Amino acid sequence: MALSAYIAVSAVLFALGIVCIVTRRNIIYVLMGIEMILNAANINFVAFARFNGDGLDGQMMAIFVIILAAAEAAVALAIVLNVFHLFETVKPSEVDLMRD
Amino acid sequence: MKAPSTIFYALLGLGSLAGLALGLASAGTHGLLFALFTILVVGGSLMCVFEPSVVRSAFCLVGTFGGTAGLFLLLGADFLAMSQLLIYVGGILALLLFGVMLTPPDLSERRLPRVLGGLAAVGVIVAFFVGKVAGVARWVQTPQLKAPVSRTEEIGVGFLAANEYMIAFELAAVVLTVALVAAVYIARRRKEDLTENEDRPSEPFAAQVSQVSQAHAESH
Repeated sequence: MALSAYIAVSAVLFALGIVCIVTRRNIIYVLMGIEMILNAANINFVAFARFNGDGLDGQMMAIFVIILAAAEAAVALAIVLNVFHLFETVKPSEVDLMRD
Repeated sequence: MKAPSTIFYALLGLGSLAGLALGLASAGTHGLLFALFTILVVGGSLMCVFEPSVVRSAFCLVGTFGGTAGLFLLLGADFLAMSQLLIYVGGILALLLFGVMLTPPDLSERRLPRVLGGLAAVGVIVAFFVGKVAGVARWVQTPQLKAPVSRTEEIGVGFLAANEYMIAFELAAVVLTVALVAAVYIARRRKEDLTENEDRPSEPFAAQVSQVSQAHAESH
């Protein structure tokens, strides 16, 4: 397959991640959308590295993105649990303590 | 609410069959595999966006992550594909499911018009930018791809050789340690919270704050 096919898949995945973040009213869905967007970026990194033929750089970048995604998921879920404990809701629009 | 999901899954199935046939016709076995993984990625994320239930959405993400791992395999990145399966499907998805189980379900949260409208709007925006890029980019044909460099030894050497990725590797280790310890610290229930909850059960933090602010306003 050509490079453009992989980029097309990545663009669709990115768009669906944005839709997931924007249209659903639940913090868990926001996290899922972020993971989708990171996956789209990873597909782009690996595809460009493969078709450029320039060694390991793209794959290394993707590995570090995966590592940071794992750290982000852990911290974000801890924050979600605290938000639910304090506000008894998981809707991002209802967490408005600092709005006067 | 039964009809929209039936129509959605029928369209998804038809599109999958058409994509598989197109892939097989255009590029043989490789095209078929590419079409299969693409359908997993796109179909999984579409179902995740459309499903009313959070648990089902989380399991639909298995398709997205697994399909991405398959695309990595097709791109010759074997080690990355296995890391993707281990970390995303085994780790991050399990974390998300823990989050789902520890928070209340809300099946009425998905509004179909809002999802469809968001899909249309984001689709138009992304298509616009893709068109822009496709108009500017000059695609260089690479008729003969080199053999992929993805053997585990090479990646390990890249991690540990001092002039390549060693500093980033060590930094990633530090970041992971700090982030996971911090996550445990943030997520644990503190002892004063527990004792306070025994005295005054079921009073959320926001209500306490509004009570305090009301008292503050009355005193002025």
